Amino acid sequence: MLETTRPKLVGASVKRVEDPRLLTGQGAYTDDFRPNGMLHVGLVRSVHPFARIVHINTAEAKRMPGVIGIFTAADIDGAAKPILATSKMKEYRAVPLPILAKDTVHHVGEAVVAVVATSRYLAEDALRKVEIDYEPLAACTDPEEATRPSAPLVHPSLGSNIALAREFVRGDVPAAMAAAQVRVKGRFRFFRKAALALESRSYLAEFNGGRRELTLHTSTQVPGIVRESLAELLDLPGNSVRVIAPDVGGGFGAKTSVYPEEILVCVLARRLGKPVKYTSDRLEDLSSTSQAFDEVIDAELGVAADGTLLALSADVTGDVGAYSVYPWTAAIEPVQVVSFLPGPYRLANYLGKVRGVITPKVPLGPYRGVGRPVSTFVMERLIDMAAVKLGIDPVAMRLKNLVREDEFPYKVASGIVWDRSAFIECLDAACQKADYAALRTMQHAARAAGRWIGIGIASYAELTGIGSKIPAAPGMPVNTGTETATIRIDATGAVTAIFGVASHGQGLETTLAQIVADDLGVRMEDIRIIQGDTAGRAYVTGTYASRSTVLAGGAAKLAAGAVREKVMLAASHLMEAAVEDLDASNGIIFVRGTDRRMTFKELARKVYVEFSRLPKELQQELEATRLYDPVVGTTSSASHIAMVEVDPISYQVHVLRYVVAEDCGRVVNPMIVEGQVHGGVAQGIGAALLEEVVYSEDGQLMTGSLMDYVLPSATGIPMMDVLHVEAESPSTLGGFRGMGEGGTIGAPAAIANAVSDALSPLGIEINELPATPERIFRLVEQASKQKR
Amino acid sequence: MSESAHIRVTVNGSPIECDVEPRMLLGDFLRTTLALTGTHFGCEHGVCGACTVIVNGDSTRSCLMFAVQADGGTVETVESLGTIDALHPLQEAFRTHHALQCGYCTPGMLMTALDLIRKRPLANDAEIRDGLSGNLCRCTGYQNIVIAVREAAKVIRASNL
Repeated sequence: MLETTRPKLVGASVKRVEDPRLLTGQGAYTDDFRPNGMLHVGLVRSVHPFARIVHINTAEAKRMPGVIGIFTAADIDGAAKPILATSKMKEYRAVPLPILAKDTVHHVGEAVVAVVATSRYLAEDALRKVEIDYEPLAACTDPEEATRPSAPLVHPSLGSNIALAREFVRGDVPAAMAAAQVRVKGRFRFFRKAALALESRSYLAEFNGGRRELTLHTSTQVPGIVRESLAELLDLPGNSVRVIAPDVGGGFGAKTSVYPEEILVCVLARRLGKPVKYTSDRLEDLSSTSQAFDEVIDAELGVAADGTLLALSADVTGDVGAYSVYPWTAAIEPVQVVSFLPGPYRLANYLGKVRGVITPKVPLGPYRGVGRPVSTFVMERLIDMAAVKLGIDPVAMRLKNLVREDEFPYKVASGIVWDRSAFIECLDAACQKADYAALRTMQHAARAAGRWIGIGIASYAELTGIGSKIPAAPGMPVNTGTETATIRIDATGAVTAIFGVASHGQGLETTLAQIVADDLGVRMEDIRIIQGDTAGRAYVTGTYASRSTVLAGGAAKLAAGAVREKVMLAASHLMEAAVEDLDASNGIIFVRGTDRRMTFKELARKVYVEFSRLPKELQQELEATRLYDPVVGTTSSASHIAMVEVDPISYQVHVLRYVVAEDCGRVVNPMIVEGQVHGGVAQGIGAALLEEVVYSEDGQLMTGSLMDYVLPSATGIPMMDVLHVEAESPSTLGGFRGMGEGGTIGAPAAIANAVSDALSPLGIEINELPATPERIFRLVEQASKQKR
Repeated sequence: MSESAHIRVTVNGSPIECDVEPRMLLGDFLRTTLALTGTHFGCEHGVCGACTVIVNGDSTRSCLMFAVQADGGTVETVESLGTIDALHPLQEAFRTHHALQCGYCTPGMLMTALDLIRKRPLANDAEIRDGLSGNLCRCTGYQNIVIAVREAAKVIRASNL
């Protein structure tokens, strides 16, 4: 065959480019870097939730072996501005987040004193010798109590403990509620959760005084956002600051905020003229990395006799902790609960209210799914409650109300617009794959035998690949809606594609190479993807909010198209053929229907090395930079079906079957998409059944280790079936939709519905998550007492 | 600071002789003294399994053991398996079945799996899951790890590796 053809890489389960290094221990995570002369920071963290710092004595600590310096807030005063997360939201208040606590500590785990020593061991020895006298202050740890006028203020300068408030209204809820044949309501609660990436946060700063150049290696998802912050807070020009996110061991949203320790290591490296590293241990991670959920939702749904949804109202109180994280603000989680509560359903009347309340706890921040794991839990519970009351099957109930094909684009009551997505097809596909009717038959038989077996469904939609028109977090003043790709063919014919995203497990070095290879006509192995590094970039952010395939994929397509155009023009001249007759594939440019061919390597040599022989208009580099902005982004959706059994002795929930049908548009790499869904569902199951950050009433953290904060292990997660319903997005280049978060959005709701269904003979509803064995035990006890 | 102790230990087949602080964790010794950074710490209190290595033939958490306790013994880390160009069948199976995402738990997962394959029948997935239950992974949901270990066990046993 003369023509060089190969199957398209987009759509194929290509093995990951990242894997060989990660599998052989040659990955390079931040803590693996050890430049000469590196110093280590140990942090003395607050043991009090809310207290005045009376006195700090560092005299003995300073005399400890290996100690280079000890720094309090006063010692670094003026070295960096504090972090301040501003917002365009009307009712919003934020206080600056200090690098080290000054005068007052606002949560257990807040950093107060930094000890710099020649090794981590010696830093930890010395920090135990730092003496801090505190005067504990009274505070409310319950968010509802904290809103009362008499409640002590966590930040008196704000004049209130309410950090934010917002309301969404559509239609006439009271009238529609009054007209509803059936009304169901509940008080729902999703307790506090940790993202818990297995790599805890780690930062390494190097300051080259001669060049006035700062380099930060950081376990972040957002090197671009960190660079902008460092430049601003340390008063350095952007071209003097380079932020590198090397291999990063998971993030799940908690590594998207700028952390005080990230600024601190830079301040210290600049001050001491040596590389300075900080690596947190797990206790520090659980007491200082941003956390998730922690909302109470009073919600009511009004439904017509035929199952049509008529009205929804919700009042959300979120416990946002002590500070507002940058750049997302404390609004990101609770406001998104209200924004997304109506879900993928047709609903004319909606009233959603939300308050975010400051308490002396770890700040709340973005976590995989942001708001939507909670909104989906509440909405899907309400739908099931209504279905039970009406005697309608939960699948039929959803099919009746899901937005239909002819109704897209559909504007949700909160203002979000769903573009065409396979809402109904996903539910159908999931039911078919799970054999829903057979599951129900099995359940009836099991129930007759006295077993507590239930089936739960959850359907949801989310906004992904968000463009510049709407902020990724409500009111956030930072642009997260653009992505820039630079693609270059160098003189050896090798391709470099540079992005601003920062992969931390998603396999972007593989999927972006698949897109570039297809569009440029080269082989995977010809391409090097550079990401997670701000060097030489005008404006980049990172990887979060299910954006990377949509935004970087789109930018890749634009830049690859522009480079291909240059390649074809040069080839047309060199091969004496019309551009229309040329094609490229597999690293070879060929004239269709002939044996005339040229490799990219040969072409690159002629363009760069034999430059003078080219006509003037072709004397140009084979390089292009293109910015992509998907404007509003696109919709992703899915339906989950779970079958569970509750053990009547241990009250543990076993997940017996799990099916996901999702629409993430055109799938770049099915293997990777499935992996993302598996991992997302596992985190959702953890959130639904096990994981809970517990604070005592007086604000002490009770879950400071992985013995207390329980993650799902291999024995607790079932095999799952994942189906792709590939409805190409009408709104994005390539038809891609984002899909990194979906698993975590659907799973808590599906599990809560399944456990409720399992325990429905006892009249039990699961309205609080996680449904730990203890909570289920109490519900069963209560139910049996009521029976007696 | 405590005095140092002299140890001899064979790491990945190479004899090592050096002075270490008695309190130095085996994991820190591997990562810092020997620059074998493939072994990762996930919790430093023995729960997550990310730092698992094989000591004297048994999978061991290197955050719960001092380097001096390995004196006279052998240690195998992820660096003892295959290379970038010639992956070990277990590594190959992890790649083929997408059993890793961020890769942070992976070295510990591989060493635990290797120990399981050497010692246990792994007759069914439940046995594999039970064997892996001391290693936490936050990315994969375990499904593909179970499949990779199942498939690798077949290959490794067939070829007597």
